[in-house]
Parts: sequence; C-alpha cells; structure tokens
Amino acid sequence: MTGIVGYGAYLPRYRIKIEEIASQWGKDPTTIKNGLLVHEKTVPGMDEDTITISVQAAKYAVQRARIDPQEIGAVYIGSESHPYVVKPSGTVLIDALGIGPDVHVADYEFACKAGTEAVFVAYSHVKSGVMRYAMGIGADTSQGAPGDALEFTASAGGSAFIIGSEKVVLEIEATYSYTSDTADFWRREGRVYPEHGGRFTGEPAYFRHVLGAGREIMERAGLEAKDFDYAVFHMPNGKFPMKAGRTLGFEKEQIEPGWVVPWMGNTYSGSSPTGLVAILDVARPGERILLVSFGSGAGSDAFVFKVTEEIEAVRDLAPSFKSLLEENKIYLNYGEYAKFRGKILMNT
Amino acid sequence: MREVAIVGVGMTRFGELWESPLRNMFTEAALTAIDDAGVDHIDSMYVGAMSSGLFVHQEHIASLLADYLGVAGIPSTRVESACASGGLAVRQAVIEVGAGVSDIVLAGGVEKMTDGVDAIDALATAADQEYEAFHGITFPGLYAFIANAHMHRYGTTREQLADVAVKNHDHGSLNPKAQFPFKITREAVMNSTMVAWPLRLLDCSPVTDGAAAVIVTSMDVAEKLGRPIVKVLASGHATDGLALHSRTDPTTIPAVGRAAEIAFKQAGLTPEKIELAEVHDCFTIAELVVTEELGFVERGRSGEAVSSGETRLGGRIPVNTSGGLKAKGHPVGASGVAQIIEVVEQLRGSAGDRQVEGARIGLTQNMGGSGASCVVHILEGVS
Amino acid sequence: MITPRYTREIPQRYHLEAGKCTECNFIAFPPRLICPECGSREFEQISLSPSGKIVTYTVVCVAAEEFSTETPLPIAIIETDEGARLTAQVVDCDPEEVEIGKRVRLIFRCIQKEGLAGIRQYGYKAVLEG
Ligand SMILES: [Zn+2]
Repeated sequence: MTGIVGYGAYLPRYRIKIEEIASQWGKDPTTIKNGLLVHEKTVPGMDEDTITISVQAAKYAVQRARIDPQEIGAVYIGSESHPYVVKPSGTVLIDALGIGPDVHVADYEFACKAGTEAVFVAYSHVKSGVMRYAMGIGADTSQGAPGDALEFTASAGGSAFIIGSEKVVLEIEATYSYTSDTADFWRREGRVYPEHGGRFTGEPAYFRHVLGAGREIMERAGLEAKDFDYAVFHMPNGKFPMKAGRTLGFEKEQIEPGWVVPWMGNTYSGSSPTGLVAILDVARPGERILLVSFGSGAGSDAFVFKVTEEIEAVRDLAPSFKSLLEENKIYLNYGEYAKFRGKILMNT
Repeated sequence: MREVAIVGVGMTRFGELWESPLRNMFTEAALTAIDDAGVDHIDSMYVGAMSSGLFVHQEHIASLLADYLGVAGIPSTRVESACASGGLAVRQAVIEVGAGVSDIVLAGGVEKMTDGVDAIDALATAADQEYEAFHGITFPGLYAFIANAHMHRYGTTREQLADVAVKNHDHGSLNPKAQFPFKITREAVMNSTMVAWPLRLLDCSPVTDGAAAVIVTSMDVAEKLGRPIVKVLASGHATDGLALHSRTDPTTIPAVGRAAEIAFKQAGLTPEKIELAEVHDCFTIAELVVTEELGFVERGRSGEAVSSGETRLGGRIPVNTSGGLKAKGHPVGASGVAQIIEVVEQLRGSAGDRQVEGARIGLTQNMGGSGASCVVHILEGVS
Repeated sequence: MITPRYTREIPQRYHLEAGKCTECNFIAFPPRLICPECGSREFEQISLSPSGKIVTYTVVCVAAEEFSTETPLPIAIIETDEGARLTAQVVDCDPEEVEIGKRVRLIFRCIQKEGLAGIRQYGYKAVLEG
C-alpha cells in the first residue's frame, strides 16, 4: 500500500477581513462577501514566504510521519510565489530540515495546482519503488493586484505530504489528471501581479477541468459521490467548490469539512491540499476522500484517498488545522496589510 | 615600568562639525596638545578610531594623520577597540613610554560620524555581526537588554535612568566644548522618542564629530617642561565575549570590573580614594552598571545613587563632570581620550565651573561594544 | 555580495548546529575550536533544541535601514533548554507580550534581504509559547 505517511499544514497568524479591503476601495463589503463566501483571509508576516511556510508545514509532516528526514529521497514544492524566479525554494527547505544531499529537489509551478502536482510526482516515485519516501508541498503567498477581485481572496499558507509505503495514513487508491491549454489566469515574467480572464475563469476553465477530472477519476475507480465521506475541490472562492461538488453529486456535508476558504482565503497551490489536511482533523479510519485541484492554464489533478487506522496515531503529533485557523489571530488594517505585502512604493 | 605623565591635552569642539574633515579635526586636537605640552617633537603616535573605513571610507589613517600633523616619518599606529579605541590609544602610549621605547608619544582619537553613513549600521559592527547585528539588534538595543535585566533584577526605575541624562546635561551645560551644553529635565527624557525599550532618545549619547589628543611623556621629560604634571598611576585593560548573550549575567559588564581591579591594584588604591570619574555613559544604563562595576556603589544601588545626587558635581563621587558621552558628545574613537582630558583638567585645577575642588585623584573608564573591551586609567595630579 | 558568508552560516542559522565540549559539557553556539571554560579542543556536534526562555529583551524602535520597516521589533536573548544563549527576534506577537522568563520556540523565517536583487537570508526567530 502506498500513500501519505505524514502531513502538515501551516497558516500565518495574520488576517485581514474582507470588509477592510472592500472599504479601502469603496466597495460594498456585503455584496462581496456574499459573492465570494469569504469572510477573511490569511496574510503572511513580513518575514514569511513560500519557503518558510513550506518549512513549517514540512516539519509538522515529518513529526507525524515519525521518520528520519534523511530518508526522504525527493522534495517538490509547488507554488506560484517562489521567492526566487531563478534558484529553487526546495534547496532551502532540505537544508532547514536536515535532508540531503542524497535527495532530488525541484520547484513546481502550475498556477494553483502546483501543490497536487508535487504530491502526484512524489507518489509516483514511491509507488515505482525508486525511493522509500518522497515529499510534495503546496504553498503560496498568493498575489492579487491592489483593487483587483483577487485581492479579496489571495492568501498565504501551505501543506506538506510525505509519501511512503509503511504506516500509511491515507492510502492513495487512484489518481488522474485532466489538462488542456486554457489561458484563464497567468502572470508574465517580470510582472508582480497575475492577470485573469474575469468570468472566463469559470465555466471554460475551473468547472470544465474540475468536473472533467472529478467525473473521470470516479468512473475509473468505479466509485460514485455517495461512496465518499468527504470531497475537497480547489477553492478560489467559497462558491466554486460548492457548485462543482453539487454538480458531481456531492452533498454540502461531504464538502464542508475541507471547505476552508471562508476563513482562510485562497492559498493558491496550498488551497485544496490544506482542505485535505482540514479533513484529517476529523476523518476516521475507513473513510474515503476525493480531492480535485485546479490550476489555471489549465489542469486538475484528482486523488482518491482512503483513511487507515494510522490516522489516530499521528493526528495529534502536530497542530490541528483547526488550531492553526482559529487560534492566535492578529488582524491587520489595510495600511498594515499593504506594508506587509510590499504594496507601498518605497525608495529602497 | 618607569613612571609616566600626561603633560599636554587638546580637543576640538564636539558636535556636528560640517566644515571639518577627519584629518583637520585630528590635526587641530593634536597641535593643541603639542602646544599645551610645550614639546618640540613627538617620537611616535597612536590614533584611536573605531571605523573610519565605514564612516568616511578611509583606512590607513595612522599614516595619513602623521603626514597632516607634519610628522610623516615617525611610527604611527592606529588602535581599534570599537568605542574604547581612544582609551586604548592612550594605554598604548603609556606602555610605550613606560617601557622606555619612547619619551614623548602623542595619543589621539578621532571619529567623523556625520558624513552621510547609516551610523546605526556602522556602530553595529562593534557587535557580533553573525549572531547579534544580523538579527537586527542595535547598540541602543543591546544596552536596552542590560537595562531591562537590571530593572527586572534590582527594581531600577525609568526615572533613575533619566536622572543620569539630567545630571550629565547639568554638567555638560558648564562645558563649552560639549555638543549639548544645556540642561534637560527628567520629563524631557521620559517623553523623548522611544529608541529601544526602555531606552529613549535622551538616554542615548549622540552621533558626533570630534577629535582629542594628549601628550604622554616620561617623568624626566615632564619635569623639564615645567608644565602641570598629571601622573598615570594605572592603566587596566580587559576584554570579554563580543556577544552580550555569551555572558552569564546581563545585569553586569564584567570587563569593566576586571579592568578596574587591575588598575586599582597597580595604583595601590581602593574605589573610595577616587575623587572624580569620567565613565562610558554611551547610554544611561551604561553609567549605572559601570558605577557598580567600579565599586563606587553597591551592586543594584546605582539608580538610587544617581537620583540622590551621590554622583553629581558636589556629591560623594562626581561622575562625568564633562557632561559625559551623553552631553559632551560621543565621537567614538575620540571619547576615551576626551575622558583623560577632562580628568587632567580637573587635576590641574583648570576645569572652570565644573571644577571638583582640590581633586587629586581621578579615574577614566572607556569601553567598547556592549562591554567586550574596557580600559581604565587612574591619574594623579602632581603639584 | 554576501552569499559565501551566508552559505557558511547555514548550519547554525537553519538548524542551530552547536558544539558540546566532551570534557565539561560547555555548549558553543556557534561551534568553537577550543572550549572557553576548560580549554578542551574536543567537541561533539549537536543541534540546539528549538525551545527555551527569554533572559532579557528589548523592542527596537529605531532600527538599521534593513529592518526599518519592521519596527517596533522585539528582540531577545534566549536561553535554550541546553543552556546555550543566542539573540533572536521575537515575532508574531504584540511587543507588550514579550517578558523576561517567558517560554519561546525557535522557528524558521526570513531574516534579511540583500536589497531587491540580492539573496534572501533565512534563519531562526522566536515565537512565544502557548
Ligand atoms: Zn570544556
């Protein structure tokens, strides 16, 4: 059996409320909150980035996996906010965790699905017997231009997963990817903020890929919505995943445990992976989980997971998602937020 | 070692000396000292400077300054021990003359701090770069570590810290060479800009340009000059770990205690015999801890001592009659030399309104960084 | 360009690598070649535990240029559980919460950036426990 043997999420402590952003731009907060189904979002500290978020999530994953990090043969970080354009994030992480130098490291980018992509490749290495353990991480300090609709949701956080074949916590029963060339959202070299196609990001992009991947993986696995206890879909806002889930035949109750966007925002590459970690706060042995990511450009990775008895042994070895989401929040006003996110024009 | 005297002193005004380059400041102070001593030559010279490289991007200043002093050709050595560079330059001169290598040696100090460099960053090089400054700690921050620990351990109060600045400004108001020759109030200190909890702007010595120099000679030479003689009774020097966190007790500055112990032993004196002292009050808390380390007050009681006036002019042991680094100014490399000058003036009886009547024995204490180096001198006026 | 120096410091900055004197158990952080306590030159390589307590602290309000946008910046001397001491920022808190004696945990953060184009330098900072 191959699957996830250790997992961990990390969220910064800072938050900004949607009202605060809306009032900055003279928009009606109620309309925006109802439109997006998001109340507040995480904001990275001035000293946090995709690398530090990945390091903390990865440390929690190692704690739960109860392994010597030296045994991890590959580390992949998926993000669209790698702090360097040239120079890997993963090299910092392996030195911080004491992994390597016997390790394969690569940074992935595929808009919001870079994280599941990292997990997908890590899984393939272990399943094929190339290595004993491999780690895939999805993390972002998501960018949204000031005043753009993305600014209401673009948030920070991430999750790390260690794949192995012993003491598996989440068996991976099936995987599937659905990909096409669809330019719904992009960021050109040298630009700070992404561009997007407005309503074109919906039906032709998000829904086509998420529903395509969801239908196909269930078909191939011979499963239906009722065979799952939980489902998590990429969460650019609160509405899209609910709508996608319902279209695939899922009930609100199956989606809600991993529906973390209303109080976290969209952590891009960390979105659906962190939804999965949230489900593991409550999942019981024998339960089945569907995960479908979405990355603009565009593609979806889908996974069918089955929870094993090991979950009870590892759950409390690192902080729960609930504690990361709800405890010790520090709220920022828009001015502080703008400073934290480097949105103020400085002389140096 | 043969006996050594200080026979001439000279310093620039301390302050923002926009018109003066480093070389002229030093030369002015050195010429004044040479004239004051009445010597017709010097055998060698020492220059204390913390960071001419960072402040004015000029290293190799010992030769530069010998040239501008018109003595190119003589041995000239730069001495660096952060803020203790000046005191250490004097000590090197004392050792050279004491050892009989030279008879007349100039010891000076200089710092040009206002030429547009980030002084916080430059001064932070006196701390451990990799393990202190890298993390954002500043010099006020390091002394604030000491202040918070002292307040926590001994109940030293915010008001007592302020009283150090008030006292030193009272003294400085009597010193025409001081950068800030005016009085301030306790309220002004306590309402000034916060720099590093609990230290505020008026707890901190300023950024200053200035130079100071003294002439050190053998007693034989001194006696022939016919000028007032101030004998160097002792020169103590000690070091400690550069990083404050590497020391056991952050309420103490052990290098000060060690340098003082050496000096008192050399002089055959006890702290009670000292009639006035110039100490390194780079921050108000520094003066408090130093007065404890020097044995002038019991450990933990320095705050009380300053507030009750024990350390002011007219008190039991006047400290920093010149105004100290706080009011007189702190051109880093020059400060230790300027301390010697103040004590020499006092022992000559020429300190004017700041005169400690009949003073015969005085002490200087100059330290580098957060106390990783310290130089203590004990001087005696010979009439 | 500070990358050679930064790279050399990684073992201490990233995982608190220290030396423990095999004679007297003195902990040298960073590692040293000779023990300042007993003069021994034999050390065992250890990693400090990432938890400890605040020995003393300050909150820097006037910082060097690199940190000028991060003020008020709490910084503390921290004693790790092994008894080693180091200086580190205390982050993610109200500066008023920082006190002598409080327990902290060391975490991994970006400490400095070498301007807009240079390298990002990571290392340890502290957060308050509980
Ligand atoms: Zn030892």
